[in-house]
Amino acid sequence: MALPSGIEALDKAFSGIGVDEKSLIDIIAKSNDEHRTSLRKGCPKLFVEDDNGFERSDQSCIENLKHQFNRFRDAVVLSLLHPWERDARLIEEAIRKGPKSYSVIVEIACTRSSNQLLGARKAYHSLFDHSIEEDLAAHIKDGERKLLVALVSAYRYEGPNVKEAAAKSEAEILYNALNNADETKPLDHEDVVMILATRSKLHLQALYQHYNKTYDKTLTQDLEEGILKDTVECLCTPEAYFHRVLDAALEQDADEESKGALSRVIVTQNELLRKEGYVPNKIQDTLLGFYKDFMLGLIASGDIQENNS
Amino acid sequence: MATIDAPKQVSFQQDAEVLRKACQGWGTDDKAIISVLGHRNAAQRKQIRLAYEQLYQEDLIKRLESELSGDFERAVYRWILEPADRDAVLANVAIKKLSPDNHVIAEISCTRSPEELLAVRRAYQARYKHSLEEDVAAHTKGDIRTALITDSFGCFLQLLVALVTAFRYDGEEINTRLANSEAKILHDAVKDKKFNHEEVIRILTTRSKMQLMVTFNRYRDDHDTSVTKHLQGDSGDEFLPVLRTSVRCLNDPKKYFEKVLRNSIRRTGTDEDALTRVIVTRAEKDLKDIKEVYHKRNSVPLDQAVAKDTSGDYKALLLTLLGKQD
Repeated sequence: MALPSGIEALDKAFSGIGVDEKSLIDIIAKSNDEHRTSLRKGCPKLFVEDDNGFERSDQSCIENLKHQFNRFRDAVVLSLLHPWERDARLIEEAIRKGPKSYSVIVEIACTRSSNQLLGARKAYHSLFDHSIEEDLAAHIKDGERKLLVALVSAYRYEGPNVKEAAAKSEAEILYNALNNADETKPLDHEDVVMILATRSKLHLQALYQHYNKTYDKTLTQDLEEGILKDTVECLCTPEAYFHRVLDAALEQDADEESKGALSRVIVTQNELLRKEGYVPNKIQDTLLGFYKDFMLGLIASGDIQENNS
Repeated sequence: MATIDAPKQVSFQQDAEVLRKACQGWGTDDKAIISVLGHRNAAQRKQIRLAYEQLYQEDLIKRLESELSGDFERAVYRWILEPADRDAVLANVAIKKLSPDNHVIAEISCTRSPEELLAVRRAYQARYKHSLEEDVAAHTKGDIRTALITDSFGCFLQLLVALVTAFRYDGEEINTRLANSEAKILHDAVKDKKFNHEEVIRILTTRSKMQLMVTFNRYRDDHDTSVTKHLQGDSGDEFLPVLRTSVRCLNDPKKYFEKVLRNSIRRTGTDEDALTRVIVTRAEKDLKDIKEVYHKRNSVPLDQAVAKDTSGDYKALLLTLLGKQD
């Protein structure tokens, strides 16, 4: 094995999301001490020359590497859990992590069915001896609290009945709340929170259409980045929301928070993605190793069951 | 403890036949209706409805609705429904009133167990094709009295919706340190007369009932008075009274129900709605205990007070539900 390509291959094996386990076995398992030394010397990102005559590891990079190895592990565990427990744990983690993760809470509260959300609430009781709403309310003191607590508490009607007149008037209420010069921030608007947190999804989708027709822009366009925008997207245009999140995760300069969405979205939405024929080109190009195989496997069409029968 | 006296062995078919006979011909044999339905628990009543439907291809409830009238009919209708369905109907009636009866909303939300409240929400959706919370939100907005006092209106809406959507932890785990700090938060709000404080709403609408009990006890220990007493006073709007009702229901439901009964039976007219509601919804739960509380407070048995204030078949049904032996 020529030295330069070994270093290249090593670099490649570590430079995506996940790790290329096979390459690592090929490169490292067969290498002797001499090879290992030149690998270390050839990877200045990971190893720095120490004054005492050895190539010292950069701990933060090593930690990051370990994290990359764990993506597969974590994704597998996530997909094994019962959906209720899974959502409950995701919410608990999001509460702990703070404002950057509020969108996860919105995602779960708004894209699950009413009974799935209820199940998550029950699982939360069993796992953490508290209700979701009490932990949310106790941990979040800022403006997002009202909306988040209301969203997780919802048990939305899921039938076909929609009162067009009400949807129309509520579109107007939202427009006024978002476009008025008055001081109140949209998140503090009682009406905004109530409409988004209590109305059925069909009703909100009708409202979304009315808004678009009447004001020549979508409700989403009228909202700034933040949980209010996420809420509207998740409730009215969930597929667009998930695509946006997946694309952001696969960006070159995506942060850890965004990348974390990959496992979460693919594991929890794999059926939806499969059904709409989501083409995982970027996943193919950006992910590595078992993690990549697992993610692709979740989205690939064709039931495992069929193969076993 | 429950007051109703339902026999263990029951023939639903026979009951259905008796009820059928009671509704046939001119007039209705109300006594027969009371003697059957007044002595059947929820599970049995459900079976009787099914048996009746099977035998006669019609809904027993619709038949009774058409045969009966007045307070008696309303009481029978509420009694015969399953608990979750009943609560959904009561909630809807309360919401749709010209001036929504928000105390009933608070009462139902705070005195039912978390699972029961969930069942009410499901039953509400099945019946009215809306979620309970969206109807509360939509109709409370139209509540002019409170809308005029804009300061606490937002919090009022928030309070009501939070109460009906709560799914409180139902276990025994409590945190004394937390109870202490939240008792203090409640007291600070009371002291500053900032009852519509976000924290007050948060604590009352999200904490488990056990946790709240410990909190209220701590409050009483620290301040020699219960938090309910400190919530007296008139803020001119609906917020404080509903908040008070919620605290009462969470703190000591039997005492709360006793007061509702006491207020409903007055010398100048009776509030049949409230009287029916409490007796019908508690007969299979803790009406016996409520009776004791009533007797102790008023030196008169509840049965006696009800008998004095009501009449006819309505009275007969109420007394049967109160445990009177035929």
